[in-house]
Amino acid sequence: MTSSVSPLSTDLAARKLPDSLGRFGAYGGRYVPEILVEPLDRLEAFYREAKDDPDFQAEMRELLRQFAGRATPLYHAKRLSEHLGGAAIYLKREDLLHTGAHKINNCLGQAILARRMGKSRIIAETGAGQHGVAAATVCALFGFPCTVYMGLEDMRRQALNVFRMRLLGAEVAGVDTGSRTLKDAISEAMRDWAANFETTHYLLGSALGPHPYPLMVRDFQSVIGVEARAQYLAISNGKPPDLLIACVGGGSNAIGLFHPFLGDESVRMVGVEAGGRGAGLGDHAARFTGGLPGVLQGTRSYVLQDDDGQIAPTHSVSAGLDYASVGPEHAWLRDRGRVAYTSCSDGDAIAAARMLSRLEGIIPALESAHAVAEAVKRAPGAQGQTFIVNLSGRGDKDIGIFRENMPELDA
Amino acid sequence: MSAAASIEPAAANLGATRIERAFARLQAERRRGLIAYITAGDPSPARTVELILGLERGGADIIELGVPFSDPIADGPVIQRASDRALKAGTTVKTVLRSIRDLRRRSAMPLLVFSYLNPILRYGFERFAEDAAAAGADGALLTDLNIEEAEPYVAAMRKRNLDCVFLASQTTGDKRLAEIASLSSGFVYLVSTAGVTGARETLSSSALPLIQRARRQTNLPLAIGFGLSKREHMQAVAPYADAAVVGSAFMRVVERHGEDAGLGERLASLARDLKQGLAAVSRK
Repeated sequence: MTSSVSPLSTDLAARKLPDSLGRFGAYGGRYVPEILVEPLDRLEAFYREAKDDPDFQAEMRELLRQFAGRATPLYHAKRLSEHLGGAAIYLKREDLLHTGAHKINNCLGQAILARRMGKSRIIAETGAGQHGVAAATVCALFGFPCTVYMGLEDMRRQALNVFRMRLLGAEVAGVDTGSRTLKDAISEAMRDWAANFETTHYLLGSALGPHPYPLMVRDFQSVIGVEARAQYLAISNGKPPDLLIACVGGGSNAIGLFHPFLGDESVRMVGVEAGGRGAGLGDHAARFTGGLPGVLQGTRSYVLQDDDGQIAPTHSVSAGLDYASVGPEHAWLRDRGRVAYTSCSDGDAIAAARMLSRLEGIIPALESAHAVAEAVKRAPGAQGQTFIVNLSGRGDKDIGIFRENMPELDA
Repeated sequence: MSAAASIEPAAANLGATRIERAFARLQAERRRGLIAYITAGDPSPARTVELILGLERGGADIIELGVPFSDPIADGPVIQRASDRALKAGTTVKTVLRSIRDLRRRSAMPLLVFSYLNPILRYGFERFAEDAAAAGADGALLTDLNIEEAEPYVAAMRKRNLDCVFLASQTTGDKRLAEIASLSSGFVYLVSTAGVTGARETLSSSALPLIQRARRQTNLPLAIGFGLSKREHMQAVAPYADAAVVGSAFMRVVERHGEDAGLGERLASLARDLKQGLAAVSRK
């Protein structure tokens, strides 16, 4: 393959981060109860050792291929592109992975690590249930007892995923504090870990939380961007795509797609947050428009908060984007101007999901529909350009919400 | 505070804080201290001073006054619920500082503000240190501020002669323990057990080895907390630690008797009971 760009991303500043304290510029770091500092140091040491170990890499590659179903296709959505009349839209089909979303990439990596560390139990948090299902799945595969913390409100909204986790042998622990959503599930998982760190690995599901999680989760998810980049360069004679689009809750699917392209200077990137039902605090999860730098659950990043520094409630039709903070590397990429961040309303996401379903036969997860909606906005008039949209998950889990919003189909 | 007083050389002359003097006195009298934690604003900001005065009557030596936070990851259910009630009652950093100002008209009780980082970050380190000093607070402890990230905060606090207390735990290695102690003033807070705040049946077996390890790393007074709730726990730590911190046990009383006009007296009586536990054993 002839290539106008180097085969590997070489943005030095980007590749060096985080620094030794886990910081991405002013963001990231570690802000935890003192008891967790040593367990996090240990986790980091094991991760750094595993990362460079050929045995670890081989096992990871094999599981991603044989168990998760990688590589995922980079699919040219021709009918959608034609309909919009502009950019050529490609979908990175993470929705085709086992368990239905990109979350499995990270879960497999952390499960191998937990075994190497000699842990005998895994805990996880979940919002929509996608990470919980992926965690329960790898725990079944590796034989770990698994407890998944989930807010009672999310358990109600995603009852099917609760059952799925139980079917996989996991215990789902309902969290009845705060807003009873993802944020509260993370707090409860951290409390469990603070008590049981000796035996238990905390399998955090996004590029969030204290160092080394943002680094480790990003690395495990970077397989998305590494694949997409190679797949696209192979069909474009080495010309990189023009624009990458991904939804951003914690931001693991987005950083996984973006990071391997950071050295490709011509490639623009946009992250799409949940615009929810309006611009008021509590009506959305658009941290970059409504938030300020702060510290939540172990990391420094943009945080939706009130004037007194209390964490604000959030809303999104998509539980996976419904979180008051965002992965610290995104905060850094945003301040540096490398990635643009925008938001998409509940309504536009649902409309985009419907459009993709009808034109391509692909029902996206509500989270991923936010990214599709941004492509729908930008494609007309972008003739000659190529967009890669990360289709991070499939919409099976959201059928109930689609039904509520499309009563005419239920007649 | 004048601009001149806020530069380093002047700060060195500001003298011992109330917290340092309290530990000096305890040591001189060969007594162990009781540090009583309450969440400010529970059941309402208007009652906080009255509850602190009750704890003072009961013999508490130092008050830890908690700023409630929406997402208290280091706290167990009792203090989580206390924080919820306090936030619903309108408690903010500002109302906490107002309570301290009111307290200072009636009491010279040493007082440490206890908070998660984000409310203080939002308030601003410099502004917080300035206003906390003006209100009559003696120092602060920020649960989720680790020493790696603490420098600007410590600088702002030291300029106003406010104590910075940091936590150490059973997982903290000796080298890090020494670093934590070197950044701390007033005392070092040792976390007795794995997990979060909240009463435990028995004292964790990791508590005493941690105190002994910390002794070798610092001459600062050592307080031990998390999980301590009753007289037997006080008796168990009294030979080793300079002070014991009790929080959830007091907040359970506030939870049960929040409407009770005699709430301050109930806290006083629990404090007295705990103090007896601390007094009963000679030091080792």
